[in-house]
Amino acid sequence: MAPRPRGAAEPAAERELLSAGDVARTIARMAHQVIEKTALGAGPDAPPVLLGIPTRGTPLATRLGVRIGEFSGIAVPTGALDVTLYRDDLRRRPTRPLEQTQVPEGGIDDRVVVLVDDVLYSGRTIRAALDALRDHGRPRSVQLAVLVDRGHRELPIRADYVGKNVPTSRSEDVSVLLTEVDGRDAVLLRETGEQRR
Amino acid sequence: MRHLLTTDGLDLADATAVLDTADELKRTLLGREVRKLPTLRGRTVITMFYESSTRTRVSFELAGKWMSADVVNVSAGGSSVGKGESLRDTALTLAAAGADCVIVRHPASGAAHRLAGWLAEAGTSVVNAGDGTHQHPTQALLDAATLRERLGDLAGRRIAIVGDVLHSRVARSNVHLLATLGAEVVLVAPPTLLPAGVAGWPVTVSHELDAELPAVDAVMMLRVQAERMHGSYFPSAREYSISYGLSEARLRLLPEHAVVLHPGPMLRGMEIASAVADAPQAAITEQVRNGVHVRMAVLYHLLAGEEEGRGS
Repeated sequence: MAPRPRGAAEPAAERELLSAGDVARTIARMAHQVIEKTALGAGPDAPPVLLGIPTRGTPLATRLGVRIGEFSGIAVPTGALDVTLYRDDLRRRPTRPLEQTQVPEGGIDDRVVVLVDDVLYSGRTIRAALDALRDHGRPRSVQLAVLVDRGHRELPIRADYVGKNVPTSRSEDVSVLLTEVDGRDAVLLRETGEQRR
Repeated sequence: MRHLLTTDGLDLADATAVLDTADELKRTLLGREVRKLPTLRGRTVITMFYESSTRTRVSFELAGKWMSADVVNVSAGGSSVGKGESLRDTALTLAAAGADCVIVRHPASGAAHRLAGWLAEAGTSVVNAGDGTHQHPTQALLDAATLRERLGDLAGRRIAIVGDVLHSRVARSNVHLLATLGAEVVLVAPPTLLPAGVAGWPVTVSHELDAELPAVDAVMMLRVQAERMHGSYFPSAREYSISYGLSEARLRLLPEHAVVLHPGPMLRGMEIASAVADAPQAAITEQVRNGVHVRMAVLYHLLAGEEEGRGS
């Protein structure tokens, strides 16, 4: 095989942004931040409801909920909120299968809802999630927790809890891998060479 | 998916995708105050019913409306059809008026296929809501959804379809879909009510209902379609009922977990005893409930995604 010319490098140059250990520590830190910001256990208010956005937001919400329970001694309800039916780009892509929606018993009326997702990018998924939430009830307030914020927002949306801020270019791809879905924990940055939107 | 015309061409992946979507839609709408999704906002769905129908039409209309599509109903009476307009011209008119999807029920077998051909250029999707004695694919999908809910995976399950198979588009659609899903189908009917080509279908045939009942996981009763019968297919209604009706005594022959389905409208006392129709084994109202979710799923798969092969 001919030696590959320099610069052409591997077809998909890949860099690990967070290792499995980093992911665990990041989630633990975010759990402390949620406890602090929502004043969990400090007042008479019901604990916040964590809703993960499938696919990877769902296991993230579960893990965050477990950590919050461990640190505060208070169980927080967790669930999943599929936003496929509320997306604004449905007609630009092939039909997507629906994912599971599971709103915890007790609902979300007058509760603090923390939306949990893996990567915050354009903000369009969160816009869809806010619309979906409105059909499930009227939360007292809505917060957003993401493992990675990679910038390039297209809507006025920001996260309340960020695991890691990663400056990226549009031609890069950030993948969050989670054991529940991918068999291992990691956050990877890949150069795709194409402008992703 | 571009059209839904028959269950014949529906492969396992597509059928499972529609059923899974229906399942998710049902769960996501359960117990909600607002049963409305914004998914098909701005899409127009037109139903064209050339045959009477209550549940199918209402079900499609609700499905479209719950997904925020604009739904317009056209019936043969009270439209230009009454003035002698052909099916093709009516369809082209509706497509020109901006229909993204036409849902058609017609007494002629093959009507939906012809319509899909005429509307290919306009890029309009066609859903067959029953064409003559040919196919009624959304009915088969909602039957499968109901069976999956009660029995789980249908692979290896044994399902009896009983009665007027000859005139039944529901039976034809179910035979193909159930075979695709891996179920064994047994048709139970008098020889006069079985079609000539039944030997080529993926089914076994029996004329003895009592012999089949103890071994089936579900029994699907078909309506005796008097309006399509122009000849003597059985000696009398009473004799038919005695040989092929699902009576209370026959209900006891079924295994405990077995499910009783009927596509409706039911003729209580003819093919199904009134007490059987209201028994816990009967899933007849669930079929209607699932019908809306299945039709929402079909509209989702036809209309929500990127338009394949048409410049958008």
